Amino acid sequence: MISEFKSSPLEAAHVALGAKIVPFAGWNMPVQYTSIIDEHTAVRTQCGIFDISHMGQFIVRGTKAAAWLNGLLTNNIAKLGVGQGQYTLMLNEDGGVIDDLIAYRAGETEFFLVVNASMIDEDFAWMSARLEDGVSLENESDDWAGMAVQGPQAAAIFAKVFPDETLPPRNGISKTATGSVVCRTGYTGEDGFEFFSPASEGISYWEKFLAAGAKACGLGSRDSLRLEMGYPLNGNDLSPKRSPIEAGLGFFCNLNKGEFVGRETLARQKADGPAVKLVGIRYLDKGAPPRAHYPVVSAAGEVIGELASGVLSPSLMTGIGMAYLPTEFSKIGTLLSIEVRGKLFPAAVVKKPFYQVPTQS
Amino acid sequence: MSSPADLRYATSHEWVRLEGDIATVGISDHAQEELTDVVFVELPALGRAVDVGDPTAVVESVKAASDIYAPIGGEIVEVNPQVEADPSLVNTDPYGKGWIFKLRVKDVEHVTKLMDAAAYEASIN
Repeated sequence: MISEFKSSPLEAAHVALGAKIVPFAGWNMPVQYTSIIDEHTAVRTQCGIFDISHMGQFIVRGTKAAAWLNGLLTNNIAKLGVGQGQYTLMLNEDGGVIDDLIAYRAGETEFFLVVNASMIDEDFAWMSARLEDGVSLENESDDWAGMAVQGPQAAAIFAKVFPDETLPPRNGISKTATGSVVCRTGYTGEDGFEFFSPASEGISYWEKFLAAGAKACGLGSRDSLRLEMGYPLNGNDLSPKRSPIEAGLGFFCNLNKGEFVGRETLARQKADGPAVKLVGIRYLDKGAPPRAHYPVVSAAGEVIGELASGVLSPSLMTGIGMAYLPTEFSKIGTLLSIEVRGKLFPAAVVKKPFYQVPTQS
Repeated sequence: MSSPADLRYATSHEWVRLEGDIATVGISDHAQEELTDVVFVELPALGRAVDVGDPTAVVESVKAASDIYAPIGGEIVEVNPQVEADPSLVNTDPYGKGWIFKLRVKDVEHVTKLMDAAAYEASIN
């Protein structure tokens, strides 16, 4: 059973810490070490570290790499200077989401892409089938260990582990003297960085970050943290049947940069307005934790959709979630309810993010 | 925390304290540790009749919802409003303030079919 799943290069460290390991996206990954709430709070108030070795890394090189990527991704890669990164999406011909990813310009003609674990094979096949002369594409996902160090103390912890290195600026990428990659990005809303080292060196870096004060955090708190920010999770909130316009990610789609796969649908939806929108939903009171697939019920008592994601927000101590709803129900303040085991919990459409990260000093 | 010797235990990790024909039911320390961070408890309706093994209450952590099964048959005569208000009592005091519901037991003899503390300890180790 266990052997059907891939193991992180950091697995021995998780076992030593007594983590609860679960299958996720084809991997055995730690869901929590002590408590999701404690781990969540550590990231919001101090610093947490997540194993993200399951995520995929592609390297795209070549004189035509930027132009080629711009034809496959929604954001405008031409805007990236060397050392900068951007959130972007890869779409199918119908404008549906294949994957969301971060593309970093590591060099003038070299790009580092970080993709979702569950989509590594599909992304790679999609991109390989569209390769052009002057572009090389490599899947280095198995070569890298990854860890996300997140929270207000993340920069201080980086400085302790790497006294001679400088963190790249927000959304930036840099390489350390020892051949690791540091990206000033994350999935929690907090300051922090994502660190990729050669797989064999992963555990030693993991232990250095722990010793410097980061608390080991699992996928459970990773999910509650990202959902408090309204960040989508592919497979839950993004799908090949939904476009980034419907998902509220129009900001990351540049319709003026020239042709790219899926552009036509986006342009049409932008002009006409999408029929459904991914909205943020928050309970009005305490209630049973909302979870994916729970029905969303209108004030008139009609089922109008289902939750794509849902969680009891550890920061707000109330239920939050996201759902694709007909646009008529997407206005902020729209009252509705979430049905949990036959019971209705009153909720409203709210603005995302659900949680406001305090301004960093 | 070791399992209190005066309680009986179900394989589904509920404990029972029988006093006369009234059974108090909660979940074991082992179960609360596995669930972690209880954030919501759904209590059964008063007067509801339940058979052994019926899903009777729901305990939810951030990650998952878990059914609590009736370890013994009977009628719900009392529920614990304190765990509804402060679900973390199920974590902090599973055998005390974290109790979930009380049943008027149909067949008190059935309690002998449940595990004693030693057998339960053996089953989880």
